[in-house]
Amino acid sequence: MADVQAGVPPTEKSLETERAGARPRSDLSRQRLRSAWMFLAPMLLVLALVAGWPLLKTIWFSLTNASLSDLEGAEFVGLRNYYEYVDYGDGEGEYFGLLFDPQWWNAVYNTVYYSVISVVIETVLGLVFALVLNAEFKGRAFVRAAVLIPWAIPTIVSAKMWAWMMNDQFGILNDMLMAIGIISTPVAWTASPDTAMWAVIIVDVWKTTPFMALLILAGLQMVPGDVYEAAKIDGIHPVKVFWKVTLPLIRPAILVAVIFRALDALRVFDLIYVLTPNNTQTKSMSVFAQENLFQFDKFAYGSAASTLLFLVIAFITLFYIKIARLDLGGRGK
Amino acid sequence: MKFRNMAAAVAAIALISGGAARAEELALVAGSIGKDISELRMQLDEFQKETGHTVKLVEMPASTTDQFGQYRLWLSAGNQDVDVYRTDVIWAPQLAASFVDLTEAMKDEIPKHNPSIIQSQTVDGKLVAFPMYTDAPALYYRTDLLEKYGKEPPKTWAELTETAKEIQDKEREAGNSQLNGFVFQGAPYEGLTCDGLEWVASNGGGQIVSPEGEITINNEKAAAAIDMAKGWVGTIAPEGVLSYKEEEARGVWQTGNAVFMRNWPYAYALSAGEDSAVKGKFDVVPLPAGEGGKSAACLGGWNLAVSKYSQHQDAAIELVKFLGSEKAQKQRAMNSSRLPTIPALYDDKEIAEAQPIVASWGEVVENAVPRPSAATKKQYNEVSKEFWTAVNETLSGRGTAADNLDQLEKRLRRLKRSAWE
Repeated sequence: MADVQAGVPPTEKSLETERAGARPRSDLSRQRLRSAWMFLAPMLLVLALVAGWPLLKTIWFSLTNASLSDLEGAEFVGLRNYYEYVDYGDGEGEYFGLLFDPQWWNAVYNTVYYSVISVVIETVLGLVFALVLNAEFKGRAFVRAAVLIPWAIPTIVSAKMWAWMMNDQFGILNDMLMAIGIISTPVAWTASPDTAMWAVIIVDVWKTTPFMALLILAGLQMVPGDVYEAAKIDGIHPVKVFWKVTLPLIRPAILVAVIFRALDALRVFDLIYVLTPNNTQTKSMSVFAQENLFQFDKFAYGSAASTLLFLVIAFITLFYIKIARLDLGGRGK
Repeated sequence: MKFRNMAAAVAAIALISGGAARAEELALVAGSIGKDISELRMQLDEFQKETGHTVKLVEMPASTTDQFGQYRLWLSAGNQDVDVYRTDVIWAPQLAASFVDLTEAMKDEIPKHNPSIIQSQTVDGKLVAFPMYTDAPALYYRTDLLEKYGKEPPKTWAELTETAKEIQDKEREAGNSQLNGFVFQGAPYEGLTCDGLEWVASNGGGQIVSPEGEITINNEKAAAAIDMAKGWVGTIAPEGVLSYKEEEARGVWQTGNAVFMRNWPYAYALSAGEDSAVKGKFDVVPLPAGEGGKSAACLGGWNLAVSKYSQHQDAAIELVKFLGSEKAQKQRAMNSSRLPTIPALYDDKEIAEAQPIVASWGEVVENAVPRPSAATKKQYNEVSKEFWTAVNETLSGRGTAADNLDQLEKRLRRLKRSAWE
């Protein structure tokens, strides 16, 4: 993992020198710069087409009164989908728009709550899994492959599968918990407002922990073995070795894994849509946007929600990079 | 001789391929509930035999809410792969712009059908979809259990509550621990709008939004009706009912684990099927009434619409005519107890024999309460979502019915602003 960070192609460094303009460019660096752009161009073009264009289009629609049945006829209405004050003419008025929509803020709250809890649990469990899988034992290759199964199953399938396992009448989960006496009556996992969000988090943890374990395991394998040997010779307690040696060394790997996972969690859609459809307790930002875009005749409003979703995620990511002092650019080493 | 045979074969091939050139390939999309898909396939095969057109059946999830999202997306993208859509009775105003006007093509058929159903599918003079079958729910009850405890089928919700509680408690004491008093559709989706509307309307609480577009839901009778339903959850109904749709409720009922069930007539044929635990042990009555009110059944039903982006509109219209015809409706009524939209069929002896529910349901259909899809126009889906959310929140114990309806009224006002559009 450390390699990935340090492994920024040399071209970018030359770009940097170019920008800094500290030294006069040599022919060689100019040539390298040119070929760098040439190699980057196809990717930039594809990115602009598949990511940039839809994003701009969404932002544009969020500033119009577009409806799905008439996208061509969309007219510019300014920020009305975000913020609008309607004066009723009798001294009273009301605020409209996404920023004043309690259901939107409920969706933001749900999403952030879900993301923080599930990512924390997945990181801790993933770390434990990775440490176990990093140890030498018989059949390790098999276990490593087996652990990945939940990650390999499509989310829709695992959500449906868990929905049946959590079914209040026929579900195996209630059956098992009742058999060992933890609960006395069946719990309606996905329906009850107390458990709906936790049902989603449980399934997500089940599904995504292998992904975290895999990324952290890759980090663990970069730690040179002689460090441990040295610690062993010095007679350091293994717990102390973990906190003082292993953890600092795999910190970059963990931070990158967390950001991958957090980005994914913040735009969660399929799991919630299948497991607990239309439940206000679990409605995420993406589900809110989908609902407005396609269920209701509010394409522009849904686009505004998508745009805010993008901004919220961008903001949280930047904030995270800042506080984690994550070195994505590979500088400062 | 040999040569002549070959010539005949060539001629035959030419004839077949000549026919195939006129035969078109259609695609019909429909949600899957109960036996709908297998029955539809059977009728499509018949259509293929009669006309030579082939029809591909695209299967969708059972939830009408899920189907709608997908269809809207396809239609707004001008999808040409689907020619015929099976549409919910409430969709006509929202999707009118994407479908072909069937008034002219169906002018000989229209007079045979129930005028109010035709009316529900007509938007600004345009017949958006042609009726396939209609729907009005029933209260299913277990004849064996009611007899055992000397009970009559309930006429009011209060009676239902009492009977369900008594039978459930006594049966559970006797060791039948899985038995529930009553199951219905409590999941937050379009189905709960139907159930909720029935409780409210049967209690004299109106129809959420009046036909004139007035928001009427915030009243004491409506709140009392929803509070009553709240009292069922966790007592006579399992808590999981908050995530039940039609098929989940039928699952509990058909395995013999419920005394009462609210469901559509399709469950009648299935409950009487060979693999059903309640076969021969159940019957249906119209839904109970509230105090001083009268029974209200939510008007459902499915229709067929031809996409305006279809490349085979004539063949598609032919298919719609075929599936909405008297013959097809009769078949559907006899095999899967789907209610015909042709009033004459309610007097049909063969149907009455095969599915007694159909014969006795003519009046229920006649008096069924429509959802406010006409009054709220393109905003219906959102109105419905706000309503089912308020009901589901109340049922799951978040806020009282009065508070939630108060909030619902405010939200609907915000939606409506000056007029529904």
